[in-house]
Amino acid sequence: MGQSSPSSRPDIHATRPVPVRHPARWIGGAALFLFVFLFVRLLVTNENLQWPVVAHYMLSPEILKGLGRTLLLTFLAMIFGLAIGVVLAVMRLSSNPVFQAASWLWIWFFRGVPPLVQLVFWYNLALLIPTVSIGIPFGPQFWEASTNQLITPFSAAILGLALTESAYASEMIRAGIQAISVGQTEAAATLGMTRAQILRRIVLPQALRILIPPIGNDTISMLKFTSLVSVLALPDLLYSAQMIYSRTYQTIPLLIVATIWYLILSTVLTFAEHYIEHRLNGRPLALSAVLSSLFKSKFWSLRRHEARS
Amino acid sequence: MTAATPLLKVERLSKSFGTHQVLRNIDLAIETGEVMCIVGPSGSGKSTLLRCLNYLETPDSGAVFLAGEPVGVRWRGSTLYEMSFNELAVQRQRMGMVFQSFNLFPHKTALENVIEAPIVVKRKKKAEAITEAEALLEKVGLADRAHYYPRQLSGGQQQRVAIARSLAMQPALMLFDEPTSALDPELVGEVLAVMRALAEDGMTMVVVTHEMSFARDVADHLVFMDQGVIVEEGHPRDVLSHPRHSRTKTFLARVI
Repeated sequence: MGQSSPSSRPDIHATRPVPVRHPARWIGGAALFLFVFLFVRLLVTNENLQWPVVAHYMLSPEILKGLGRTLLLTFLAMIFGLAIGVVLAVMRLSSNPVFQAASWLWIWFFRGVPPLVQLVFWYNLALLIPTVSIGIPFGPQFWEASTNQLITPFSAAILGLALTESAYASEMIRAGIQAISVGQTEAAATLGMTRAQILRRIVLPQALRILIPPIGNDTISMLKFTSLVSVLALPDLLYSAQMIYSRTYQTIPLLIVATIWYLILSTVLTFAEHYIEHRLNGRPLALSAVLSSLFKSKFWSLRRHEARS
Repeated sequence: MTAATPLLKVERLSKSFGTHQVLRNIDLAIETGEVMCIVGPSGSGKSTLLRCLNYLETPDSGAVFLAGEPVGVRWRGSTLYEMSFNELAVQRQRMGMVFQSFNLFPHKTALENVIEAPIVVKRKKKAEAITEAEALLEKVGLADRAHYYPRQLSGGQQQRVAIARSLAMQPALMLFDEPTSALDPELVGEVLAVMRALAEDGMTMVVVTHEMSFARDVADHLVFMDQGVIVEEGHPRDVLSHPRHSRTKTFLARVI
């Protein structure tokens, strides 16, 4: 009561403070809202977008077939890429210098060469190696085929995409493995587990949990990278759209069709990634939890919210 | 050779990290059913010694014998061969180990932690492993926590699960590397109680610890280490009440 306070002030214990005002947030929000409005108006009113044409082609058999190929390419390239990536990561962490060097060289090469260059290169492999054979080196051959028969646009695409992915995946998997503490390996070793058992049962399952978000990220990247295969005239989603507009000259509407499909697929993949992440962490699988993890940001919320979550 | 070979024998064991010699010519023998406590100031080499017993650290020289068999190396004719990791795994099955930081497998429940090695290493049937694991969890007082993940358990509970996990392999002896040092003071008692019960069951134990009252009450044999050598050893009553070396006296004055 010692302070010089006007007698008109209410008791501090009986009153709530007025919350902090954020005028900048309101101004910024309003400005952004205006831009969004103008953009939506452009989408709706611009005749060149030809929405009826977009709607007509969204579910056309040609587009859907392309969509299927895009999904298949993404899926196979990721599976092969991750499988090779695990092997490369284990080689990189081995104490055998030849394995280490081979793995390093592979990663250096496939991370350094653009996937587009690789696709064209693999497609033209027959110019370098006319026949492929299986047998004992410098000895008898058991099986032989011409490279031209083996390398189709599809197999060239898988090779290029999977090998690029393997280089990125191996670095990611190596980081995941190294994030598992030595204590885990030691505990498993003292229980009498062999190296392979420790890797398969203890280290990799834990590393996988850490790796789900980056693998999800890579899968979405791969989805978009598959559009490169249009240079091999492989009718994926983009090339199917291109084939249609080369006949009909409806370039923009068909690119919009492809864009919408790519966005739908990447949205589905994002949800799938969050779903798997939640499952592996053993948290309840409420849709609201998955949704909130998509948008949640802890950056400004200090510790109060951490305690709550 | 005397009447019986000791269960674990250490002969002239030395180990350096770089230029720093951590262990110098250690000799030690542990009989079946004996509880040995190793005490000493930090940096005295006691944890390294324990980790040399199951070859988590490879000694520079000297030998460890488990029931008369050399650990980590193998004779073939008159040539001595280093064991591979997977050969060593067979010997490690007989020496359970409990760590300061528990090292439970975080992706598995308490029960799954305990049944993991019996199923994977000993190829036991799952149902059989579960029955045994439940009995072990009961023994460490955690039957009701079988389906909890490590992160849902307190430190003391985690350490008790870790003890059960080691016991599941039916080891010939158990190594404890400062098992209570990472625990909140009020949780130390529950872990020591489990270890005490284990000692009463006749388990052979080597315990690196700072818990002097545990050493005094439970140990049959107390080893005091400083600067990589065994300064003094004997029955805890003698070593604790009548230390003969000044280094032992200084250390005991500080911790008791």
